[in-house]
Amino acid sequence: MSKSLFEKVWDAHAVRQLANGQTQLLIGTHLIHEVTSPQAFGMLRDHGLKVQYPHRTFATVDHIVPTNESVEPYSDPLAQGMIEELRKNCAENGVTFFDTNTGKQGVVHIVGPEQGITQPGTTIACGDSHTATHGAFGAIAFGIGTSQVRDVLATQTIALNQLKVRRINVNGDLLPGVYAKDVILHIIRLLGTQGGTGYAYEYAGTTFDNFTMEERMTVCNMSIEGGARVGYVNPDETTFEYLKGRPYSPTGEAWDAAVAEWKSFASDEGCSYDDVVNIDASEIQPTVTWGITPAQGVGINENIPAIAEGETQSERDSIAEALEYMKFEGGSAMKGKKIDVAFIGSCTNGRLSDFEEVAKFVEGRKVAEGVQAIIVPGSQVVAKIAEAKGLDKIFVEAGFEWRAAGCSMCLAMNPDKLVGDQLCASSSNRNFKGRQGSPTGRTMLMSPLMVAAAAVTGEVSDAREVFGVAPVGV
Amino acid sequence: MPSTPIKQVSGKGVFVPGDDIDTDRIIPARFMKCITFDGLGEYLFYDVRKTESGEDKAHNLNDPRFSEASILVSGNNFGCGSSREHAPQSILRAGYNAVIAGSFAEIFFGNSTNLGVVCVIATDADREAIAAAIEADPTLEVTIDVENLKVNFGDQSVPCEIKPGARDSLLSGNYDPLSELLEGLDDVAKTAGALSYMQA
Repeated sequence: MSKSLFEKVWDAHAVRQLANGQTQLLIGTHLIHEVTSPQAFGMLRDHGLKVQYPHRTFATVDHIVPTNESVEPYSDPLAQGMIEELRKNCAENGVTFFDTNTGKQGVVHIVGPEQGITQPGTTIACGDSHTATHGAFGAIAFGIGTSQVRDVLATQTIALNQLKVRRINVNGDLLPGVYAKDVILHIIRLLGTQGGTGYAYEYAGTTFDNFTMEERMTVCNMSIEGGARVGYVNPDETTFEYLKGRPYSPTGEAWDAAVAEWKSFASDEGCSYDDVVNIDASEIQPTVTWGITPAQGVGINENIPAIAEGETQSERDSIAEALEYMKFEGGSAMKGKKIDVAFIGSCTNGRLSDFEEVAKFVEGRKVAEGVQAIIVPGSQVVAKIAEAKGLDKIFVEAGFEWRAAGCSMCLAMNPDKLVGDQLCASSSNRNFKGRQGSPTGRTMLMSPLMVAAAAVTGEVSDAREVFGVAPVGV
Repeated sequence: MPSTPIKQVSGKGVFVPGDDIDTDRIIPARFMKCITFDGLGEYLFYDVRKTESGEDKAHNLNDPRFSEASILVSGNNFGCGSSREHAPQSILRAGYNAVIAGSFAEIFFGNSTNLGVVCVIATDADREAIAAAIEADPTLEVTIDVENLKVNFGDQSVPCEIKPGARDSLLSGNYDPLSELLEGLDDVAKTAGALSYMQA
């Protein structure tokens, strides 16, 4: 019987059925960070349990690390306490820790893939909802809570209900100036923030076939913003090419065996899906969010919706609440909103290709007066390569701040935060109220190049016009 | 070690209006710089309740009439966003042990159930009826009957839903799966043994 990748990986990792009907599922690879793991290690101590498979847990520190301060102790004693707790927990339990002095530290969803830890046909869990990022490799990757982090540490398994699978086909070529970020913002706009509840999303079609691994990661990363706990792309030559030679990738004969095995996990031709959605790539515009959920987005040349455009009372209420919070007028143009801050980075768009693309266009340009623009590499590895290519100099020359690796302004657990009701053009993944650190701070999600365009013009702009990427309105 | 079965939850209710109430709203990330969950209750819905200068806003959660509430009533897609267990932990530690919503984000639902925080789904109309009844009489006892899938309040009763697996776990007291997972460790070793990438 033909099966989807999700079913094959699930079956290979299903240990047994539990009394309530859930599956005890083996988690092959466990990634941890400083925010959601210390309580789990504490629970383990309380129960007198040990880490069952320490060689399958990998740690890094990302949420709380300052990006403009490298010497410890950090000025924030709470942040210092958290990094020390993680160090202690890893050392005591024999867990590999990509600490700040290893040259490998970074955002957990960037570190796993670049170290070759993220592999096809595996199950991955992390106490972080953006764990679906790893699905780009054909892994089934779950964001989990801290009690489940405890469960993985103690048993290398979690209790889970099987998911349905929705295949999302995107076919055709993206227009110039349209990126993977626009693809996922478009998908979420189309299917809503809870459209994916109960589903794993299988992203497919020629657009995904042609995507690089970094583009696939950007899309999978935001699956949870559409309600899907899991998102993945079937592994192919692009996947294997990316993994070859990475520190944790198999070598020699083991490599050939691994590739053969990885291929076998790809969804079978003609397997059945619980739902199928088809999207024409050429319909996707550079997309910007105007509201307080990632589904509240429009194409750059569209207007922000008016309250009356909501079809139901609850939709009208949501639009009204978002407009009030964002201080935008219903029916006004998305373009032209004056920004205060521009942020390029995060587990969504903090990879080398994001910075290369931006550098190509901002060279010789200047960040607009009054705008704070920061660029934050997703890992020390990304930073090192970007610096070797001279990208940091291009950014600094253009007026961006080039920072050290971390989650930075995506989520307000480190010194990088909005102040008051600042409006931020952001390449991150969430535009929730208060997400970027100020209870009244305002976030607009968009692709890195769109953030760069807003940074140099001082307002939400069409990057294609600003940088002459392509004629607009094609 | 199974916990006490949860067949029903009773208490006073408070209505927190709005759809898509995300985990950043439930507990803003800046309060998550901690290595235990102790004390998180204080920051539940902090920015919903407080102005930037720390004053109380006019909100049901600050209204003394609802200060004894232990059941939250809210909108659709409750708990969307982050996987942070800090969200249900702060709900629990602030004295709430159940949420009635139009729907729940999946990770939040799982995290809550593991902690024995009962999350049930009711229709928009039924939640409006519950909210109206609580508003009219904040001392009204609301009972979520997990066994019979009903929410009873005053002389009214409306149906509610919960995933069958979660319901079984609550009713049997096995909602924290750790002990059952530990019992399977021999089988885990077998499954792991068949996977090349699991080998040390």
